[in-house]
Amino acid sequence: MTSSTAPIAGPDGAADLPLPRRAGSAIRAAVRRGEILRWLGGVGAVIPLLALLFILAVLAVEAVPAIRLDGLGFFTKSVWQLGGGYNAQIVTTDGVKHLSGDSFGAVPEIAGTLITSAIALIVGVPISIGAALAIVERLPRRLANAVGVFLELLAGIPSVIIGLWGALTFGPFIAHHITPVIARNMPDVPVLNYFRGAPGYGEGLLTSGLILAIMIIPIVAATSRDLIRQVPILPREGAIALGMSDAQTARKVTLPWVSSGIIGAVVLGLARALGETIAVAMVCGVALTAVPGNIYAATTTISATIVTQLDSAFTDGSGFAVRAIGELALVLMVITLVVNVAARWLVRRVSGTALPVGRGV
Amino acid sequence: MSGAQAAHEVAGPRPGDAGYWPAVPRRRKISNFAFWSACAIALALVVAPTVWLVVGIVARAVPNFHWSVLWTRTNQLSGGLLQPILGTITITVGAMVIGGAISVLTGLYLTEFASGRPRGILRGAYEVLAGIPSIVLGFVGYIALCVDLKLGFGLLPAVLVISVLTIPYITKSTETSLAQVPSGYREGAEALGIPTSWAMRKIVLKAALPGMITGFLVAAAIAVGETAPLLYTASFSDQSPSLTHVTHQGVPYLTYVVWGFNPNQVQSNAANILSYDAALVLMAFVLVLILLGRTVAAFARRNTE
Repeated sequence: MTSSTAPIAGPDGAADLPLPRRAGSAIRAAVRRGEILRWLGGVGAVIPLLALLFILAVLAVEAVPAIRLDGLGFFTKSVWQLGGGYNAQIVTTDGVKHLSGDSFGAVPEIAGTLITSAIALIVGVPISIGAALAIVERLPRRLANAVGVFLELLAGIPSVIIGLWGALTFGPFIAHHITPVIARNMPDVPVLNYFRGAPGYGEGLLTSGLILAIMIIPIVAATSRDLIRQVPILPREGAIALGMSDAQTARKVTLPWVSSGIIGAVVLGLARALGETIAVAMVCGVALTAVPGNIYAATTTISATIVTQLDSAFTDGSGFAVRAIGELALVLMVITLVVNVAARWLVRRVSGTALPVGRGV
Repeated sequence: MSGAQAAHEVAGPRPGDAGYWPAVPRRRKISNFAFWSACAIALALVVAPTVWLVVGIVARAVPNFHWSVLWTRTNQLSGGLLQPILGTITITVGAMVIGGAISVLTGLYLTEFASGRPRGILRGAYEVLAGIPSIVLGFVGYIALCVDLKLGFGLLPAVLVISVLTIPYITKSTETSLAQVPSGYREGAEALGIPTSWAMRKIVLKAALPGMITGFLVAAAIAVGETAPLLYTASFSDQSPSLTHVTHQGVPYLTYVVWGFNPNQVQSNAANILSYDAALVLMAFVLVLILLGRTVAAFARRNTE
């Protein structure tokens, strides 16, 4: 090594060096200029996109035979049952193998998913927005921060624990103390008669909806709170100067100012409610064959059906039951993706600030 | 306003006079009060269920809780929670390593290198990934990894599925905290002639580190609490998680104990106690992770201000 006498390799003098050292200096230069990092980052950044496409592709491939065989019946029939009995045989219809006597109709699943999510929104959204207003406009800063920690913890509580509480504490409580009173006293008129009838055992539509409401409140409330904080002071002072009361200012100036963001947060909460699995599976009662007759009756959702029925679907020798569950998963994925993309598009288009991801933490 | 109102009652300026200020009608006062009462009730309805939930779980768990469950092995439906605790930690750490590496690279690329349309598409992809229901991830993990790739139930499929689940959270926090690094830092580094990669490592990433750590901790809290994607990828067993048998060997984890051992699932007093114990341990894990995340964030904010 006569490095002391060797010419110093400049940017263009590298050609004088032996190949390994030339390669080494090229790599070093690339590292210095950040090209390696850029390249690695590019590879990393493509992975979420690939994962997304992979998930869609796997679901589509799994579900295509089920889509071909079930056709529109998937959205009109309400019986979910594997091939019947001991003499069930694997038969081939339209080139798809399945068990004789099976039936896969997803009406109760889809209806249950939509109704429980609707209950969650009807209960959760006004509470979240009211709480957000109270936090920003009324609570002292220190207390507001404490409530913020509280919301974050609520968002972080594992859904299986919320399900455990819902199934063993909350559900039985409302079934014993609240729903019988409502069910007895509700007038027998359209809409309200869904609140009449058997008060149930604490597993059903109402419990699932309320549990989902508890799960979407942290997202909607925390996002609304952040949005309301961003409303500038001048328009609010202007409203007060024009003689509006605090409440009118909040209703007519503050909330409209951030309405698109709040709508986005609500839609994000809706996406969470639609996809929530374990907590709902623990409190819905998993009724696979009928749309519930009143609001206390047992129900099921798409995700609860997937998680509770996949086990028994493995017993279907033709593999068709798993494909039917794949079709359910595809329906759920399409619903939640549409809802999610709509929320993000809405918020980006109007306000320029982005929504939080996932559970909003 | 009450001063002006008082002035009116003492028959000050009359309507039409300069300085006339009308009294606040009672209806307005009542509606104002009603509105804020409704907001206060809403706030109470946010706080009360959480308190009820936490107190309810703790009250059922604590009377039968013995510290020994933390280091006693699970044996069928009784014993302790040693393997599930180890399993939860292994799955979470694995997801932090794999998902974390991908997320940090993604966040770095999106803020520092990408621009325009590619950035929009890549960012959209990970945000959409956050919207996929976890049970769909679990189903796809089961079909693709456990069945099609013949991995069986095991640690590897579980870690991969949970990694995908955590990517959006870590990427988002990486992106936000990198974007908050003042551009003066980057310009200063460039003016000093510091190579890009060195400036990135020593200056930009260092400044963004606390935010990224908070993101990791939140993602870990979510990974610890997941059940649905694990049921059909990790399955369950009472083997300790093993780094040499990452396929074809079920992995125990705490959320399964809550889901599978609770009184609605099995009629066994020992199992039911374990179920509540597991819920308690899970809540402690999540609490520690979230509070740690907030502490890091607060510490970083104090240091920068």
